[in-house]
Formats: sequence, structure tokens, C-alpha cells
Amino acid sequence: MKIDVNGKSVDLEKQFTISELLKKMEVKMPDMVSVELNGKIIRKDQYDEMVVKDGDKVEFLYFMGGGNGFFRRTD
Amino acid sequence: MDFSGEQIERYSRQIILKEVGGEGQKKLLDSKVLVVGAGGLGSPVLLYLAAAGVGRLGVVDGDKVDLTNLQRQVIHFTGDVDKPKTDSAKEKLIQLNPDVRIDTYDFRLTSENIREIVRKYDFVIDGTDNFPAKYLINDACYFEGKPFSHAGVLRFDGQTITVLPGESACYRCVFPTPPPRGVVPTCSQAGILGVVAGVIGLVQATEAIKYLLGIGDLLTDTLLTYNALTMTFRRVSVRKNEDCPICGRKPEITELKDQELPLCDLE
Ligand SMILES: [Zn+2]
Repeated sequence: MKIDVNGKSVDLEKQFTISELLKKMEVKMPDMVSVELNGKIIRKDQYDEMVVKDGDKVEFLYFMGGGNGFFRRTD
Repeated sequence: MDFSGEQIERYSRQIILKEVGGEGQKKLLDSKVLVVGAGGLGSPVLLYLAAAGVGRLGVVDGDKVDLTNLQRQVIHFTGDVDKPKTDSAKEKLIQLNPDVRIDTYDFRLTSENIREIVRKYDFVIDGTDNFPAKYLINDACYFEGKPFSHAGVLRFDGQTITVLPGESACYRCVFPTPPPRGVVPTCSQAGILGVVAGVIGLVQATEAIKYLLGIGDLLTDTLLTYNALTMTFRRVSVRKNEDCPICGRKPEITELKDQELPLCDLE
């Protein structure tokens, strides 16, 4: 089956859950990513059940700060 | 419209645009924009909004200019190192365009002080570099009903979205919760190519000008992502999230709080 990940077509041999897809796509820091499936942001507690189907559009949206570092001292 | 001869000349190249005109120029001169962060994103935003004749600009930054800033924070010059960023920015903006009134806020925004500052302006630019500030700006603008432009940059990538609170998707609709403690990447993995902040900052400035003039289509419900290496822009559709902790159906956030977030030591 074919899905779209961040605008690129990806071939998958089987159905994947969001958790599995994050691994498969080698997303290194999944906690730094918000996952959108067909236009809807998926809650993290649904990653293990939510299955990606043929033709689905997935967006991995990354947390981005300002380039000084992801996090910096605020005091 | 009471423009001076000098103003007509200064703004002539945008006044001749039929979407701007004398009326639009008057609107810009009567407008107030708050720019939070006079850094990589805030520098181009401030310079271009001042050049365009946005009549009042608020500059918020509690930091001093550091040598490592100059690679991308183009409003600050070598001689400004150790000067408060607000002072350094104000000096340049006044020289660029004496029509513009500059308010400086030489401190960090907190849940205690942000709402009264945001309230004075028509549009807010999030040019900050840290997540607590980004959530705070989102939440304060939501409670004050102020439109704002969010942006983030990292390495060769950038992203930006325009939020009309209550109407279009907000930052928390897309990023409901900050990343948990313990997964924070080290700061040495960060870094930023200066021009990336410039490109994204100018998209933010463009959105502010369009909003003030009431022209074109805003980047609402659309996260614009940019990669400098492949030179690709993508428009990712996002929508209001019914589970959003602030603008969703059952909001958990009903008052402004400072976001507790993991910090990373720059040393
Ligand atoms: Zn929201």
C-alpha cells in the first residue's frame, strides 16, 4: 500500500500503527514531533492503536524553537 | 490623508500598489505591532515593518547582544555587543524611519505581564527562541483575541503559521503539549543558518502587513514549512483541534500560566 509522508509517497508492505510508522521512517526524536493523519492531529495516547491505511496522508510536524537551542535557560 | 511630502516620497513605491494606496499607507502608519524577540526572526521583521511605515513597533527582549548573535540577528552590529537588544534595535529603527514610534520592553514576558502588553497592539509576532515563550504568546493572544504569527527555525528548516484566535488553528491545536522532560536533544544538535531565520521572519512580516492592510490570504490553518537545502516550501493544512487544551471543546487552560518546560544548559 502507498501512503504520503510529508508530501512524499511511501510504499508500505503492511498496515502500520503510528508508533510503528515513526520507527519505520526513522524519526529519531518522536517526542519532538506532532503527527497529523489526514488533517487531524493525533493524540500521543492513540499512537499504538491508530492504524495508517492505504492512501492516507501523514505529516510529521517538528517542534522548532529559534535556533539558539531547543531549550534555553529562562532565568 | 495628511502625508508630508517626504512621506509621499518615502512610501511612493508601495503607495502606487493599488492594494496599498494612500489609504493603506495611512492604515500602516496608524498600526501597532508587537515583536517578541529582537533576534534572528525579529530582526528582519522589525527592519521591514519600520521601513514599510508601521507607525508603532513594540520590541520585547530581555537579552544583551552577544557576538554569536550577529551571524543572523541583522539589526545588531559588531559595536552593539553587550548592549541591551532593545536599545540596539531601537537605534537602528529610528535611523531607518523617524516616522515610527518604538516602545521597548527590556525584560522577559511572563504570565504576569504579557496580557497588558499584548493588549496595546494590533498584531503580534512571535520571534522567540524557546518553547515556554511560544506557548505563553499563544495563550496570551488567545485570551486577548489578538492575531499573531508564530514561527520556529532550526538548522536548515523553518515553519510559520498565522493564528486568528478562536477562528483558526492555534499553536496548541498543532502542538498540544510541549515535549516531555528527558527527551530534550542536546543544544549542540541545534544551530541555525542565518538566512533561514531571515526567510521565515520576512514571511511573518508579510503576514503582519497583509493583516493590517486587510489584503490577500493569510497563513491561517496552514503551517508553511521551509527547507533551505532542498529550497522547498510546503503548505501543510492544519485545522482547529477539538482536543486543543486552550481553544478546543473542553479547554483545560482557562487562565494564563507560565509553561513548565525542560531546559537545556547552553554551557
Ligand atoms: Zn487551539
